[in-house]
Formats: sequence, structure tokens, C-alpha cells
Amino acid sequence: MLKYILRRIILVIPVLILVSVIVFFIIQLPPGDYVTHFAAEMAAQGETLTQEEMDELRATLNLDRHWFVQYLFWMKDILLHFDFGHSFNYDEPVTAVIDRYMALTLIVSFITMAFTYLVAIPIGIYSAVKHYSIGDYIASTIGFLGMATPNFLLAIILMYFSYVNFGDPLLGLFSSEYENAAWSWGKVWDLAKHMVIPIIVIGTASTAGLIRIMRGQLLDEINKPNVVTARSKGLSESRILFKYPTRAALNPIVSTFGWTLSNIFTGSTITAIVLNLPIQGPVMYNALLGQDMYLAGTWLLFMAILTVLGTLISDILLAWLDPKIRTEIKGG
Amino acid sequence: MNVNNIKQQPEEKPLLSVKNLNIEIQMDNAVLNAVDGVSFNIEKGKTLGLVGESGCGKSLTSRSIMSLNPKECETTGEILYNSTIDKKMNNVNIVDLDPTGKKVRSIRGKKISMIFQEPMTALSPLYTIGNQIMEAILLHRTKNKKEAKKIALEMLRKVGISDEEKRFDQYPHEFSGGMRQRVVIAMALSCNPELLIADEPTTALDVTIQAQVMELMKSLQYEFGMAILLVTHDLGVIAEMCDEVAVMYLGKVVEKASVREIFYNPKHPYTKGLIKSMPKLGSEKKRLEPIEGTVPLAINMRNKCGFYDRCSERIAGVCDVKAVPDTQLSADHSVRCFLYSEYGEEEKNA
Ligand SMILES: Nc1ncnc2c1ncn2[C@@H]1O[C@H](COP(=O)(O)OP(=O)(O)OP(=O)(O)O)[C@@H](O)[C@H]1O
Ligand SMILES: [Mg+2]
Repeated sequence: MLKYILRRIILVIPVLILVSVIVFFIIQLPPGDYVTHFAAEMAAQGETLTQEEMDELRATLNLDRHWFVQYLFWMKDILLHFDFGHSFNYDEPVTAVIDRYMALTLIVSFITMAFTYLVAIPIGIYSAVKHYSIGDYIASTIGFLGMATPNFLLAIILMYFSYVNFGDPLLGLFSSEYENAAWSWGKVWDLAKHMVIPIIVIGTASTAGLIRIMRGQLLDEINKPNVVTARSKGLSESRILFKYPTRAALNPIVSTFGWTLSNIFTGSTITAIVLNLPIQGPVMYNALLGQDMYLAGTWLLFMAILTVLGTLISDILLAWLDPKIRTEIKGG
Repeated sequence: MNVNNIKQQPEEKPLLSVKNLNIEIQMDNAVLNAVDGVSFNIEKGKTLGLVGESGCGKSLTSRSIMSLNPKECETTGEILYNSTIDKKMNNVNIVDLDPTGKKVRSIRGKKISMIFQEPMTALSPLYTIGNQIMEAILLHRTKNKKEAKKIALEMLRKVGISDEEKRFDQYPHEFSGGMRQRVVIAMALSCNPELLIADEPTTALDVTIQAQVMELMKSLQYEFGMAILLVTHDLGVIAEMCDEVAVMYLGKVVEKASVREIFYNPKHPYTKGLIKSMPKLGSEKKRLEPIEGTVPLAINMRNKCGFYDRCSERIAGVCDVKAVPDTQLSADHSVRCFLYSEYGEEEKNA
């Protein structure tokens, strides 16, 4: 098992290298670069940059080199100095920008993910066991509504309700008095309050999807002969349900873990903008608009790593859950 | 028609007595009489064979004995169970029990157990063989895991699995089909049931292994003294294994007799056809005679013999307009056919 995990991790390395090249290629793809963007901004303020000034700026930023050379420079700094480059927009190191938003992004993402699984799996099980009951129909209807409603709309609706009922739309992640305060129980409580809407909004779409998957898988498993065998031994229904069909239905759920992870990270961008959340999504969005290539590149690279990591985690979990895969690993 | 009076009441009650069992399944716009007025007895320590074509209701009948049919099956009638081990289980009508309740669960796996038609999928791929065998033992025999494992290992040895200590911790996919079926048998016998229901236990296996598995079941029956309900469409297996035979056709038992009677003195045209279509070793190149025609669906067939369209001895105006009664020919032979019913004869002559 350990050997398998090691081999999988080693296999990840070439994937990441390839992904980073592609990421960089895409980032420099749009016409113009940061300098053009900067010049346009200056022009808007009434100042014009001469061609020489622009060329000079390009030279200092290495923007006049071939993109692959730029990539190599970038990689060298990352690997040797953990330096992901300079954010032109923020005029500070990319790591500093990401650092500032990372903790909150991780908190929001993981709580959303936990919410997704904790809500979806029990509802999925209920829907399958009582399929075609009123409860199943209600769960399905809400699920479809959740999938069909655009996140930003749901966000606005919830903000409105919060405003009408509590006098506070709960915008952002902190109230103004806690924004820059040191951590305290009051601040944690404030954060928790503000997280309710984002988690519901970001979580509903994937929750709805997961409910459908869980329900479908379980309905499949519930009618399998091995369940009838278990019943013929005299086991109780609840014991059977959890030991056989539920356990079997979890495998496909686990294998979607990889993309759920990165989905929740990126899927929240628009919601984050609407809700004014200080997390990565909106930062990334602005970086792309402003041709802030190193920040955007680092962000994309980070997403790719997350996806690859998620898949790796899924595979390892699957190997651990599925005896068949486990023996194959032992054999190979 | 004092049909039932002719048969002498046995002194002891049979282990299991199925009486007028009906299973209806609601289809889109009709009701399927999948099992229609089936009656038979299973005596202690004896083997009853249930034969019939695919789809005639064998599996539904046998599963209903453990109340294991799917929800869409509407079951009525009686399945009276008289336990010899548990005196409290006397004249228990299994049809009336709550299919998820305690009482039926105390019968399942312990007093009556079952080997299913699909040996390959009857085991869960997620747990070791040992885990799955021990389940019933832990439930019905002992709470002690060590002891349960000892019983399980012994069962595995009994069904001919060597190296059982190692096999115990392996998963189903590491077993061949024949081995898996042995495991399933070990599982079914692990609590010394009074009745073993074997639903085509060997159809998925190749012929040599089939013979081995049958031999195994016979020797285990000899050892444990259990009764067997053997469902099959293989008459060869019936001849070898059974004391009595019930022939099913389209949801009904059309003939019921001792195994000798069925083979040497078959009465129902369908049974005759079955026997004729059976290949015989040593018989010269006589062509096999398949029964012509196909089986209709058991919808609106109550007032007509289900075999009518394929029968070479049918009586028009009788067999296709009336429900066919059961006729007791002798103490151990009954048939459901107008050819042997006075009532039918009268009608014909009139
Ligand atoms: N869950 C179900 N829903 C609808 N029809 C069913 C269901 N189960 C069984 N049937 C129908 O009931 C009839 C009897 O089925 P059963 O499985 O008892 O047949 P069988 O005699 O065991 O056949 P085989 O030899 O192929 O196993 C068939 O016509 C079948 O199509
Ligand atoms: Mg069957």
C-alpha cells in the first residue's frame, strides 16, 4: 500500500510539470501584456507612456523574452526561492497576496465541503430507502431547484432575507467592528454568522448533485443479490443498509472527491464577488482582467495542484475501500 | 370433489406446508398471477424438487418461504411452518409475518436458509469470506467471535475448501465460481437449518462442479438431517436428489408425486413432455423432443389451462374455459389436468 502511494505521488510530478507549462502558456496568450494594460490605465489618467518607456518596462519585467524563457525564469524562482513572482496590480510578491486570502479561502472551502457531504449523504440515503415517498419527492425537488438556481441569485435572495429579518445582509465575512480586530470568540462567532449564507450558496449546487449520485448508487445497490443474501441470514434492515448498499455506494462518491474539492474552490468566484467575500475567487478574477500574469498563473497552478491532489486522495481512499483494487495493488 | 380426504393425514405435521399460495404482481395495466394456488408439503429430512420452465414462478415460490420477495409482490395464502427445534414455532404462517420483523428474522438463516440462483453475486465484494460467513453464526449461534470463527472454519472445511485459514481472509473475487458456491453453501449451513432452500444452486457452474456441489449437498443433508427444497429445471438433478417432485407450469403446480411416479408414471401432458425432452444416457440416437410453443404470460389465465396452447391432448371447450381442478390419483400422486378429472369427462360426454 505504501509503495502504491509512493508510486502515485511520483507519477504526479510529470503531470504537474506539464500542467504548469500549459498554465503559463495560457496566461500569456491574450493579446497585450501587463505593460499595455498599465499604459491604458495611465492614459485614462491623462498620462501617456512613450514607446521607449514601454519597451524599457518590458525589459525590466522580462516581458520581451519568449514565453518559454519567461516560464523557465518563473519556475526557477519558484523551485529555488519559493518565489512565485511579483503581482503587478498589488505591487507586492504573489505569495503575499495569496497568503492574505488563503486562510479564509481554506476555511470557507472546507466547511462548505463538509456541509456538502454531511447534508447530501444522509438525504441521499433517505431518498433511496424511501424512494417515491413524499420525502423523496421533496428532497428531489429542492435538489433540482438548488442545481437550477444560479448561485449569485440565491446569494442575493438570502442576503435580502437576512436584511429583512435581521437588519443585516451579512455581506463579507466579518462585520466592520471585527474586520481588523484581533482574534477573539466574538470574532469567531461573527465569522460563523457570516459563513452561513456563503456555505448554503456555494454548497447547494454540489449538494444537490451529490444527493442524486448517492440516491442513484444506493438504489442500484439495494436491489443487488448480496443484499438479499444478507437479509436471508436474518440481519436487521438497518444493519444491512449500512453494511452493504451504503458502503458500496460510497465508492463512486469517493472517486468524485477530487473534482468536488477544486470545484468548491473555483465555483465560488461569482458568489464571492456578490457576497463581497475576501477569498481567492475575486482576486483571481481581477488578476485575469488586469493581465497580472504571475498572480493569475500561480492561482491556476494552485488549482491544478488541488485537482491532482484531490484525485490522488480519491485514488488512495478507493484503494483502501475497494478490496479488488487493493489486491491488484498488492499483486502489481 | 372430496379430493383432500383421500390423502391420509400423516401423523406428524409436515415441516413446511404451503397451502394455496398466490403471488400477484401489479403490471402496468394488468395483474400477473406469477404464483397461483400453489400447495405442497415438505417433510422433515426429505428433499422436494421443484421443476419447471424459466419464469414459471419457482424462485418467487421458494423465496416467499423466507418472506424475501420484493415489495411489488402481493402474497396471500399460507406457508405453515412447524419447527422441530423450536416448539414455539408451531403452525406459524410465514405469509402473515412482518417481512422486516423480529420473528421472521429469527427464522431466516437459523431455521431456514437459502442458497440463491446467482452464486457469483450472492456475496458482497467488499467483505472477506470469513466476515460474511460469520455474520449468521454471530447472529444465531454465539456472540463469541473466536468461537464463531472456529465454526466458520469448520464449515469451510466441510464444503471442501482447503487451506481454510488463509481462505477465510480472502475476498470473493479471489475465488472461482465453484469455490464461491461452496462458500455460499457453507454460509447457508452454518447454523444447522431445518430446511435448506436451494434455488438452482448449480446453474451457473460447469457440469463437473455441478455434480460435486450436488454430491456435497447430499452428504451434508445426510450429516445434518435437514430437509431440502431443490429448485431446478434439470430433471437429471431431480432424479438423483429428490424424494418428491412438484412440477410447476405458469405459476401453478400441475403435478406432484414421488420421484419414481414422476419418471415412470407421469400423467400431465407437460410432465410427459419434460420427461421425453430429457436426454438419456445410452439410449440410441433417438431425437430429443422439445415441447412445442412458448409460455404465455400468467395474466387472465385463471379460467384456462396454462398449457392449453401447447398441449397435444387438449379438450377444446373444456380446458380453455374452466379453471382446472387438482385431482388426487393416489396417496402420493396428484395432477391438475382435465384428462384425469371426472368433472371434465362428464362435460366432454355431455
Ligand atoms: N420483481 C418482479 N417484478 C415483475 N415481475 C416479476 C418480478 N419477479 C418475478 N417476476 C415475474 O414472475 C414470474 C416468475 O418469476 P420467477 O423468478 O419465480 O421464475 P423462475 O421460475 O424462478 O424462473 P427461472 O428458472 O428463470 O429462475 C416471471 O414471469 C417473472 O417475469
Ligand atoms: Mg428462478
